Amino acid sequence: MKRFLPLLVFLALAGIFYWRIVLIDRGDMPNDIPSVMINKPAPVFKLPALFKGEADFTSAALKGHVTLLNFFASWCVDCRIEHPFLTGLKGHGAVLVGVDYEDKNADGEAWLEKHGNPYDRVVTDARGRTAINFGLYGVPETYIIDKQGVIRYKQTGPMTPDVIRKTILPVIARLEK
Amino acid sequence: MVAETGHFALILALLVALVQAVVPLVGAARDDEAMMAVARPAAILQFLLLGTAFFALMYCYVTSDFSVLNVAENSYSNKPLFYKITGVWGNHPGSMMLWEMILTGYAAAVALFGGKLPRGLRTRALSVQSMVSFSFLLFILLTSNPFLRLSPAPLNGRGLNPLLEDPGLAFHPPILYLGYVGFSMAFSFAIAALIEGKIDAAWAHWIRPWSLAAWCFLTLGITGGSWWAYYTLGWGGWWYWDPTENASFMPWLAGTALLHALTVVEKRGTMKAWTVLLAILTFSLSLLGTFLVRSGVLTSVHSFATDPQRGIYILALLGVVIGGSLTLFALRAPSLKSGALFAPVSREGGLLFGNIFLSAALGTVFLGTLYPLFADALNLGKVSVGPPFFNATFVPIMAPVCIAMPVGALLAWKRGNLRLALKRLLPAFLAALVMAGGIATVMNGHGRFILAAAALALAAWVLVGMLAGLAQQIRLFDAPLKTSLQRTFRLPRAFHGMTLAHIGMACVILGITGSALGRTQHIQIMHIGDTVHVSGFDVTLKKVRDDIKGPGYTFSRGTFDVTSGGKPVAVMQPEKKYFTVPPEATTHAAIRTTLLGDLYVVLDGHDKKGGYITRIYYDPFVVWIFLGGGMFAAGGLLALTDRRRRIGAPRRNESFAQRRNENPAPRRNESFASQQESALKPGAAT
Repeated sequence: MKRFLPLLVFLALAGIFYWRIVLIDRGDMPNDIPSVMINKPAPVFKLPALFKGEADFTSAALKGHVTLLNFFASWCVDCRIEHPFLTGLKGHGAVLVGVDYEDKNADGEAWLEKHGNPYDRVVTDARGRTAINFGLYGVPETYIIDKQGVIRYKQTGPMTPDVIRKTILPVIARLEK
Repeated sequence: MVAETGHFALILALLVALVQAVVPLVGAARDDEAMMAVARPAAILQFLLLGTAFFALMYCYVTSDFSVLNVAENSYSNKPLFYKITGVWGNHPGSMMLWEMILTGYAAAVALFGGKLPRGLRTRALSVQSMVSFSFLLFILLTSNPFLRLSPAPLNGRGLNPLLEDPGLAFHPPILYLGYVGFSMAFSFAIAALIEGKIDAAWAHWIRPWSLAAWCFLTLGITGGSWWAYYTLGWGGWWYWDPTENASFMPWLAGTALLHALTVVEKRGTMKAWTVLLAILTFSLSLLGTFLVRSGVLTSVHSFATDPQRGIYILALLGVVIGGSLTLFALRAPSLKSGALFAPVSREGGLLFGNIFLSAALGTVFLGTLYPLFADALNLGKVSVGPPFFNATFVPIMAPVCIAMPVGALLAWKRGNLRLALKRLLPAFLAALVMAGGIATVMNGHGRFILAAAALALAAWVLVGMLAGLAQQIRLFDAPLKTSLQRTFRLPRAFHGMTLAHIGMACVILGITGSALGRTQHIQIMHIGDTVHVSGFDVTLKKVRDDIKGPGYTFSRGTFDVTSGGKPVAVMQPEKKYFTVPPEATTHAAIRTTLLGDLYVVLDGHDKKGGYITRIYYDPFVVWIFLGGGMFAAGGLLALTDRRRRIGAPRRNESFAQRRNENPAPRRNESFASQQESALKPGAAT
């Protein structure tokens, strides 16, 4: 039977490959390593507003509507890539909150002035403490939080038009129901 | 019109492939001369058709015909001509065309230059090769057709990933594919032999040059890719154990084992079933590499456009090619009677030892690469396997291979004399001891100095050990110097090739050890005039020019003065490029390479306060990794040019056989070899 061993190993392998492809075809992302924060309540935070005169933003304010928490920074190249596409998130019911991560207020303000401000609220996490609680790998990263304040999805890396259309908007639509 | 010509040529090629896959095979079974004669012209015609299609696609790229979808997606009009041409294979459908063209090219080469091959074997091998070719043509036409039109045609294209706009990378895929696909020839010969039910020394003799050529290209491809990663990705790494890299490394390991196993089959007519299995596995792993990268089944930093639809097709293709050949193997294996017996301590024993460990190494890479899949399938959770796993498993397995390498090369066929071989290796042993002692003393107190000492001792052992093997062959110090010199020139080139390739291994160990254990790195924000001290160098930031215009991008260029002990050493100018189509940034490290180590300077952008983020590394001996890789390939090529194309082993172990007069095996082999040579003049791989 020894001589059938290579064939059997290959058949087992082919079975696993087939199963993976079916998963990918269904739209599951089997390769993503899920964040441990998914389906957990958002950490408690209180972040100051970037622009003077606006009120602080706290985790309590997450309740009652779907929130997109988008971590960005003026020094981040990939944020510049996703920035023009953020306006495409408007009009789908979710509140878009920008978190200026490990940045100087003046730099963040200047950056938004130069490239436009698509956010409903902009707050700062100058020392990155809240980002650590969220389990941020790097910027840009976006958390979709449901009406009860529970994190439901995490997008690592820029939200390109493709990602917005195929992933982000369907998740928002599901949570809005 | 040109695109349609190309498309038509592809369809014609598909039909020719079908004919070539069926008619000669039936002819060979029935011993029908006329049907068998179809194979050669069909193979040449298929290659010409593929060439036509490929150049039609290239024409579309050069003339920027954006009505062709593939061109519109991957090119743009003001791209330099060079990158328009290389852009042909910088995307999935184009690279598949290249793959297929090389596949038919190898078949055409066998048809043209394989005139002296036994006719049955040649005919069947061409048929098998054409079956593979047919599957791939069908794949291209059904799922990856590069000639699809786009209407209306856009004014400009979308551009090429700027990382790929690099002269090094332009030639990387063709060379890598020459290697990957080259193993298809060994595969086809193996399947043909299984169909015939006859595997003998002559068979091994014929497929060795093809395997060796493929192996050389694959070696060059991997080394080149690693070098590209080193100088372009900007953090000085040269190997990431990434699925894409492993995909090319696994066929390399299998191919290396195959080359060594073929020597045994050719010289001693044993280990046949194992060798055939290796020939099948090597090409299967090449196919698997193609599959893994393109189907999205595994993720990788090398993002290829992935498409599950293609994945299903490739999986079906793998099922037919690999599943079919392994079934054939399982059915036929019992008929492959192994011939001669040999003692454990012998050349064959050494080669078998190397084969076992290379296979084990292959197994760990395979397991590590696919483990995330297995774990997910068995519900063990989502995991990713990183370099620590590979370093912890692969390195300890390769160490015995390197220790055994010079010993095996010094043993005689059939039954070797271990004591004599070890006596010959005394200088190598002393060199290793001195090296270990020296490194331990110099680096004492530094972290991991024991590892460094052990690794460099191994490098010294391999280097001096291989040279001792050469010294034995030319009777250095035993005979007058003049005789030794004469013998050096009279030795077969295959022997020198073998020595060179194995010494390459010593160089690779040196490079890996240096860069893994001796690297220093400094990451900081520098202002104009700041100086950083790195491993005896003073690196001073002189100036930075921002927003310089280049074709399709703007870039910043930093200028660093490097001095050592007050004396100027170099001026280094790293760059950071910002591309507009598509919007991406690439770093271009400035590297000062010497044999002792590389100084590696990266400019990573600015902090908006007049400071610049810079990374400066010093990597001792890193260049030896790439030199070693080059020596592998050079050794292989040298062996390939051997007059008799008999590779890897010395022609005769005269010094042993004559002086000791205890080992008749080499003589018998020699007479067998010359018989073989007069009977079957090698015509392959001219």
